Amino acid sequence: MSAVLADIHKTDMSKSVGSAATKAIAPSKGGRPWTFYVLATLFSLYVIALYGPMFCIYILSFQDIRGGLVFPMKGHSLHWFVDLFTQVRTGDVKGSFDRSIKLAVIVTAITVVVSFLAGLGFRKRFRGDTFVFYMMIGSLVAPGLVLGLGTGLLFQALGLNASWYTSALGAQLSWTLPFGVLVMFAVMSRFNHVWEEAAYDLGASRWQSIRLVMIPVLAPGLVAVALFGFTLSYDEFARSLQTAGSLNTLPLEIWSMTLNVTSPSLYALGTVTTIVSFVVIGASLGSIVLIQKKRGSSAKA
Amino acid sequence: MKSDHGDIELAGVCKSFDGVTNVVDGVNLKITDGAYCCFIGPSGCGKTTILRMIAGHEDPTAGEIVIGGQNVVGLAPVRRRTAMMFQSYALFPHLTVRENIAFALRVRGQSKVDRLRAADAMIEKVRLTQFADRLPAQLSGGQQQRVALARAAITEPRVLLLDEPLSALDEQLRVQMRQELRRMQRELGITFIHVTHTQLEAIALADLVVVMEQGRIKQAGAARDVYAHPHDRYVAEFMGGQNVLSGRVEKVNGASFTLAQAAPSGIEVPLQARSSVSVGDKIDIAVRRDDVALVRPGRDLPPGTTSLPSRVLAIEYQGYFVKVMLDTVPDDAFVAYVPEKTFFADPFTVGDVVMATWATGSALPLA
Repeated sequence: MSAVLADIHKTDMSKSVGSAATKAIAPSKGGRPWTFYVLATLFSLYVIALYGPMFCIYILSFQDIRGGLVFPMKGHSLHWFVDLFTQVRTGDVKGSFDRSIKLAVIVTAITVVVSFLAGLGFRKRFRGDTFVFYMMIGSLVAPGLVLGLGTGLLFQALGLNASWYTSALGAQLSWTLPFGVLVMFAVMSRFNHVWEEAAYDLGASRWQSIRLVMIPVLAPGLVAVALFGFTLSYDEFARSLQTAGSLNTLPLEIWSMTLNVTSPSLYALGTVTTIVSFVVIGASLGSIVLIQKKRGSSAKA
Repeated sequence: MKSDHGDIELAGVCKSFDGVTNVVDGVNLKITDGAYCCFIGPSGCGKTTILRMIAGHEDPTAGEIVIGGQNVVGLAPVRRRTAMMFQSYALFPHLTVRENIAFALRVRGQSKVDRLRAADAMIEKVRLTQFADRLPAQLSGGQQQRVALARAAITEPRVLLLDEPLSALDEQLRVQMRQELRRMQRELGITFIHVTHTQLEAIALADLVVVMEQGRIKQAGAARDVYAHPHDRYVAEFMGGQNVLSGRVEKVNGASFTLAQAAPSGIEVPLQARSSVSVGDKIDIAVRRDDVALVRPGRDLPPGTTSLPSRVLAIEYQGYFVKVMLDTVPDDAFVAYVPEKTFFADPFTVGDVVMATWATGSALPLA
């Protein structure tokens, strides 16, 4: 996500600087103002600081069998990717990856549905709405580790087994729901309630007006909420640590690998998870673009 | 027992949002089937609330709303067979013109073929065929308005409710769309109720003009009645075109009375419908601005003319007439609309002393 934003930022910036330079009537020394170079340097440093560490990992994951954990590179191969999915000693990568994806999908679904319903609910003021809102924000502020620990303890006290699809699911929802609802509020604020009234006026039932008007109009926003839910769950660590039970999610697995795996397959894992993240983000943004395009093209026909 | 008649009766309709103040305060009104009715008043006078109550988007706190002989309070808009055109049109942004218009049929469960055929017929009626596949955002304001009209009309309502339908358009288009509304109303042959705050719009369109103030009806009647014979000062000032003067009745003589005013002889006013006038009453009268003629002092005036000496305060050229502002009476604005040709035959300038004159019989006592 940040990569995409950063890219947009970069092109925007160069464009605006360029146009400003061409407009300037000041005595031309054939160059840009000195501030341009200062800001460009600052921005480059920012980009390097942001992506440098990650790229170190991506690059080192493509070493061959002699590879170690630090530079310099030793050869080029996909050895460590193969190693990642075949060697048992590297940990249960495939299993934890499966669990993380499943969990993220469940979390996403619940987040989208509940956020949408909350969005509907908060259109009108009701008794105690501020209280509900602050309670919700509260779980954003609560330290994740403590919240996870508490959830784990509560499950134990109740005699329930902690597992990724019960306690970890709950702990993650305490994190993704407030985010989802906040995004939903922003999305909802752009929804003109007169559309609903118009639908009612034309004879639509409540359900029809939600299905035929609200959801299609809000679709890009709902995709954004889903994206939030997915990425927050997919790399959630603190809340899952004490709640995932005996089977790890992917971030927990990576963490435990950092403690006992001493081969570049750890880096290979980093590369793979990044690719998955980008695929998900790409798919989400793609679907938003597709929705817009579909509207555009049906309009042209 | 559904009637196809779109005659409306409001009986003691009240609406209060906070339980304390009535936004609509005891409104009684009859609107005949197939009439074009305009509610007019300043913002906050309750006109839109009345419209929304007729539409079924608000429930009255008290009173009855009867459409075609049936009390519709509590019924959904579709059951009332009313349709509303919203102020900003409220077109669904994700649906094309055709899909927008077919929406009402879609939620009724009509098959896709049927509803799109019906929508296309309606699109033709509002002359939008070439835009049928566009999205609302790709249309001009006037086209959007036609889509909104078509979308409302396809439900075959017996009453169409329009909430400030022309306010989003620029001046030129407004005049054009005004005619289009009137044409559609004739074609559909149903009752139109139109809310506006523009006097010109109301008198140009309506069979029945309803002037409102603070939740009450001040006057309801034919456009010409309301404009030419305002009931009271509020209506006269709101509809415009009138000079309103107030003063005390000095003497009553048969069919007329004399109003004490700045003029030494007072102002003579025919009694007309108003019968109960007694000496000492404080009373408002109206004199149409286009009834006022300006004459240079010293000229002979025909008998039966009221004249008041005045000084010209300002002059505004308005095209076919010239608006001359005068200091005829101390407290109220006094304006004469002089036909362009008359004015420029002998033009005045600011500061000139003139006689503001009118035929005595044309002055109108107000309630």
